[in-house]
Amino acid sequence: MDVNQVAKLANLPLDKHKQELFASQLTAILAFVSKLQKVSTKNVQPTAQVTGLNNVYREDVVDQLRILTQAQALSNAKKTHNGYFVVPSVWT
Amino acid sequence: MDIKDLTIQKALEGYRKRQFSAVEVVSACLENVRRYNREYNVLLTVRDEKDIIEEAEHVDSLLPLGGIPIVLKDLFLTDSVRTTAGSKVLEHYTPVYDATVVRKLKAAGAIIIGKANQDAWAHGSSGENSDFGPTANAYSKNLVAGGSSSGSAVAVALGMCIAATGTDTGGSIRVPAAWNKLVGFKPTYGRVSRYGIIAMASSLDSIGHITKDVADSAYVLSITAGKDPLDATTADKALGEWRPAKTLADVCIGIAKELPCGDEARSFEALGARLVPVELPHILSALETYYVIVPSEVSSNLARYDGLRFGDGRSAFGAEAKRRIMIGTYALSSGYYDAYYKTASKVRTLICRDFAKAFEHVDVILAPVTPTPPPNIGEKVNDPLALYRADIYTVPVNLAGLPALSLPSGIQFIGPQWSEEKLFSIGNAYELHAHYRH
Repeated sequence: MDVNQVAKLANLPLDKHKQELFASQLTAILAFVSKLQKVSTKNVQPTAQVTGLNNVYREDVVDQLRILTQAQALSNAKKTHNGYFVVPSVWT
Repeated sequence: MDIKDLTIQKALEGYRKRQFSAVEVVSACLENVRRYNREYNVLLTVRDEKDIIEEAEHVDSLLPLGGIPIVLKDLFLTDSVRTTAGSKVLEHYTPVYDATVVRKLKAAGAIIIGKANQDAWAHGSSGENSDFGPTANAYSKNLVAGGSSSGSAVAVALGMCIAATGTDTGGSIRVPAAWNKLVGFKPTYGRVSRYGIIAMASSLDSIGHITKDVADSAYVLSITAGKDPLDATTADKALGEWRPAKTLADVCIGIAKELPCGDEARSFEALGARLVPVELPHILSALETYYVIVPSEVSSNLARYDGLRFGDGRSAFGAEAKRRIMIGTYALSSGYYDAYYKTASKVRTLICRDFAKAFEHVDVILAPVTPTPPPNIGEKVNDPLALYRADIYTVPVNLAGLPALSLPSGIQFIGPQWSEEKLFSIGNAYELHAHYRH
């Protein structure tokens, strides 16, 4: 695994010192789970969920009791401005 | 009134008979918080004592949990009470709404003492992955409490509350319950709403609780269970009524060589149960299956913690969280998805099938909860794989979405989906036979 590349995909800041330690631990974990390749899974369908439920719908109506006020929605943000969340620039 | 002896049933009876009051009971809990919390590192947040006493003074004792002190695992969003998931990422996070289960417990009159320490994001089976330090085992301060619901178990064992909520994705209720000599309950996936509970692996997370006895466990479930329009994975299935059973004369208990129980199985024959061998060959691959599917779902669920709308940003993630996010990202990435995630999902099907076949012949399956007793704090912390192996007997249950009840002696019963009442009956019979002291 290219730890650098995966950390980038996962948006995880990783300092160089940690990279080597993670690389060896992740290699060990991947070696462990790769044992699954040996299990015979021919013609077996994958399981994504075990509820047996399908297409659970609700009416397209607004539930007033569940709406957060703007103040509530912003209350845990580190940076806000005029009632907006402040995010880092996406233009690089 | 000794809080350590009190079960929910005994407390409610004591209130009814005016032998003691809710104020006395919560005061005793708060005294135990003062006495033990620093040493054992149990609760990350304790609610204001004045608020707790005032609630106890005014609570309607006719409510099902009226005046019963409880502790919530810190994954349960609690309106206006800091909720951290055991992680520095959420160290300063205060929810603005309650999880459905929290709302139900409050409506039933339960009094929330505080929020329990846990492995960060529920990643762990010892409690040592908490970003706020591990919780010590209630019976020996050198030993791990078990995890990830470590604080929940120890809070009950040390008399800080009478019951505590937890989550179980791979054993996180059953392991700490067993290692602190308590009853741990994991419901069928979809029995209890996950709304407002910080997600770990959304297709495995189960919402349960830790109590002192089986009757209390069944009682709490009667309050938390139910279809929730806010959680589309909850089912519209009525909870069966459990009946206390003195014998197990018409019960068939499955024993699998993959889940070695040793002598425990004989106690059940003494109670009249029939022991039947079953085969669960694919659970020998359950741990590998789990450690592909869970990190994959984790990598998705933890993507939201970008430090913008809430939380302190992704550099605050601890090492285990980072490891799991990276394993999951890799397993789901282009070129590796088929070999890892899709393969694991197929093996998951085989595990589900093994259980379904076994349950054609038996009512429940008996299994140990863990392969070993609790290790010393710090013993395994440098080897992630060693810690993962503590879950070999618990993870198959979550992959198949089954209910399981773990008992203070370190065994668990696994039932088919929706069979909770059967687990409680059998557990209750075993409990009476084993004469547990609370």
